[in-house]
Amino acid sequence: MMLFKLSVKNISKSMKDYTIYFLTLIMGVAIFYMFNSLDSQEAMLEVSSSTKEIVKMMVDMIGMVSVLVAIILGFLIVYANNFLIKRRKKEFGLYMTLGMGKWQVSRILLGETLIIGLMSLVVGLLVGVFGSQLMSVLVAKMFQADMSVYQFVFSKAACLKTCIYFGVMYLAVMAFNVFTVSKYKLIDLLTAVKKGEKVKMKNPVVCVIVFLIAVGMLVWAYYKVTAGYATISNRNELFVTIFAGIISTFLIFWSISGFVLKLVQTRKNVYLNGTNLFVLRQIHNKINTTVVSMTIICLLLFMTISILSASLSLNNMLKKDMEEMTPVDINLYKEANLSEKEFSDAAIQDSKLPISVTLEQNGLDMDVLKDVVEVTTYATEELTWKESLGVVYEEAKQQVPFIEYQSTEDIIKLSDYNKIARLYGIKEYELNEDEYIVLCDYDNMVQLRNLALQYATTITVAGKEYHTKYDECQPGYIMMSNSHTNAGIVVVPDSCNLTEDMQTMHFLIGNYNTDKDRDEKEVEALFNDYFTNEKSLLYQNLEERGILLHNMTKIDLIESGNGMGNLLTFIAMYLGVIFLIASSAILALKELTENSDNQQRYLVLRKIGVDEKMINQTLFRQIGIFFLAPLVLAIIHSVFGIQFALKMMAMRVEISEMLPSVIATAAFLVAVYGGYFLATYVGSKNIMKEG
Amino acid sequence: MKQVLEVKQIEKYYGNKSNLTKAIDNISFDVSEGEFVGIMGASGSGKTTFLNCVSTIDRVTAGHILVNGEDITKLKGNRLNKFRREELGFIFQDFNLLDTLTAYENIALALTIQKVNSQEIDKRVKEIASKFDITETMNKYPYQVSGGQKQRIAAARAIITNPKLILADEPTGALDSKAARQLLESMERLNKEMNATILMVTHDAFTASYADRILFMKDGAIFNELVKGNDTRKEFFAKIIDVVTLLGGELNDVI
Repeated sequence: MMLFKLSVKNISKSMKDYTIYFLTLIMGVAIFYMFNSLDSQEAMLEVSSSTKEIVKMMVDMIGMVSVLVAIILGFLIVYANNFLIKRRKKEFGLYMTLGMGKWQVSRILLGETLIIGLMSLVVGLLVGVFGSQLMSVLVAKMFQADMSVYQFVFSKAACLKTCIYFGVMYLAVMAFNVFTVSKYKLIDLLTAVKKGEKVKMKNPVVCVIVFLIAVGMLVWAYYKVTAGYATISNRNELFVTIFAGIISTFLIFWSISGFVLKLVQTRKNVYLNGTNLFVLRQIHNKINTTVVSMTIICLLLFMTISILSASLSLNNMLKKDMEEMTPVDINLYKEANLSEKEFSDAAIQDSKLPISVTLEQNGLDMDVLKDVVEVTTYATEELTWKESLGVVYEEAKQQVPFIEYQSTEDIIKLSDYNKIARLYGIKEYELNEDEYIVLCDYDNMVQLRNLALQYATTITVAGKEYHTKYDECQPGYIMMSNSHTNAGIVVVPDSCNLTEDMQTMHFLIGNYNTDKDRDEKEVEALFNDYFTNEKSLLYQNLEERGILLHNMTKIDLIESGNGMGNLLTFIAMYLGVIFLIASSAILALKELTENSDNQQRYLVLRKIGVDEKMINQTLFRQIGIFFLAPLVLAIIHSVFGIQFALKMMAMRVEISEMLPSVIATAAFLVAVYGGYFLATYVGSKNIMKEG
Repeated sequence: MKQVLEVKQIEKYYGNKSNLTKAIDNISFDVSEGEFVGIMGASGSGKTTFLNCVSTIDRVTAGHILVNGEDITKLKGNRLNKFRREELGFIFQDFNLLDTLTAYENIALALTIQKVNSQEIDKRVKEIASKFDITETMNKYPYQVSGGQKQRIAAARAIITNPKLILADEPTGALDSKAARQLLESMERLNKEMNATILMVTHDAFTASYADRILFMKDGAIFNELVKGNDTRKEFFAKIIDVVTLLGGELNDVI
């Protein structure tokens, strides 16, 4: 019991050291609970079935991401705890000289961990439960759900999950503490403070060389993921590049302070000015002992920035593309020329007919649609991807090995395409008798196809040769989608001898015939009913004859597109927040626990007559540089990382379009990271004053 | 001769009405320019409190301390820092060198915070280093050099700003006898060649024997005064031992 009392006393005494640690734990618990309680919030939302599916997917993904989050938080807790107890060696030494055994000292630590763990869990859960109410509102808003029935949600499952995950983490900390204490020797404990850390200084010349090598490596990695993106042909090469980035980050932190020191030392008027040399030495000394943490913090920050801004701009892009790419209400499509082996006679018969005929024959009143356009696409063995790539085929195969180059190209007649284009309100084209156009808006494919088009590749369709009209791909598409995903369509003149047996797909494109009695949503509901309700005549007929008719509607596309965007944003926010508080907390705690060393140094400064204002300035600069160093490198990393991420997802994003996401990310970063910085500065300032 | 330090009837009390401790009880004396004054006394005699008052780290309860004619008991805030920075030089028992800085930087720091021109700093540091015979330690860190060298680095830092008054608090306290002798000889040279005014607190008779004049403190008051005059250091040392013996068992940790 006496030991427990000691634990309680210790905590209240060292609250100053523990405040940031404690607050970080609370935040961790609260965020963990908030995101994991989403499934119980979904229940209160009235949303459409497709949205429901997305929300379900999101809950599953959050479950998976939570494992990663738990690992990161676990790492943070063990790590932070480690240097919090390192600072207390003298205290443990005192306990042991008073006759306590190691096990008893361990028990004091166990008691402390238990108290801090329980307190943070309870407070964190409380914060989380209230926070999740706010989150419900956010979720509802994002998914455009009806929030008419508000109720207070408490998720037992999430609460239990949080307790288990954090319980395991705290147990790990306890085990770690017992292990650490068991290794202590009394003599080391008692002399720990006097001895201090031996100042290890590196050879500045070596630093300069290492720094230059690291920068070179980093520039190479940057080049690889952006301008040299096309040269990355397989996964291993990508890993090598990422690995090079990580190693060079480490080496930069290993060498930068020595490098900068050397640089500044040559400029005597800067170096020998005010407390500059002191600040430089402080940083040099500290960065030397924290290279690994600096690297981890920098990488965590890098991931925070990249994940947040890439996902936010991806979301914006999705929304923008969606507007562009869904100009009409509905697309219907079915396959033409079905093979005899797999399908019923009725279906084969039907596959030769346009969709409007299918609909009418099977009992749908065509009145529900207007502006109807029907087209057919063709394909021929004469025109495969290999053929249309022509001379660049070998090169293409090396660059993008995963494409099936033997598959046939989709072909459409010019007048058919222009009908669609007119309805969609996109560009119409003209062709001479011996010309063709390639329509493509999927970025990665555009690059590939442009190579071929630049060589003016000639193609043969139905025995006739055609030349390309343009030396690059043209924008255009047949089917709506929620992003630019048209991998390629070849447009040929109407005179081209495309026969019926070359038909591949029938398309019907149109708008809902709305009037004042029914709007798009109601017609859509009607349509869904026709296609999915077992009682509907159309459903029964199609089912009976084995005809497969697919539909794609604007409302569906937008909902799923929105859903995907939201899902992305949610996961990104979850990871981003955790990464950010983990890295900020490590930095802040590291700085604060080193204050006892610094206290001594600042006392000397005071003794030789440095005034209060200068002392505060010095402290501010020292902590500021310490916080800025990993951030600056992380920002430089992200400039290239984001470009790479967007390229991987084949997104064309203008700088100006990214700006809002970048600003949002920056604001968030400044708030959290800046908050930790200020807390650290104020805390340190107070400790320095005490000395 | 010009008076660098004038101490006028200072008193320093600790505690409250019911439990009052007189740490300094009505001390008055003067130090002239170029004088090397030692203050001796047992633990608890008030010598460190006295030094703290002169160095403006602590404040007197009553009386005045004038440095170069300026009353430092009336200084406040930044002017106090400025005074400490520009008029005083300190040598501490535990050196108080910054462990992250090289010897060169430790010495230079005293000038950089006074915003001295960088070329001049470089010149002056090199000059003073050769005077204290520590040129070869300039690029080393404190943990790489011996205790004696550390104290000489600290002394160099104290003198480089050309202070009116150098205050040394048990400068040989953490040194072995050889290092102590080297340091004291440096200080003596400083005093003779550069005409530096030094006020040194010690309880070691040998250390004290390097001074020109010694004030003995007991229970917060000045108890005796010895002037070296034309004595050799050996004779002076014998005289000091006599006084210490007179002071009795309280100063039993001499030599």
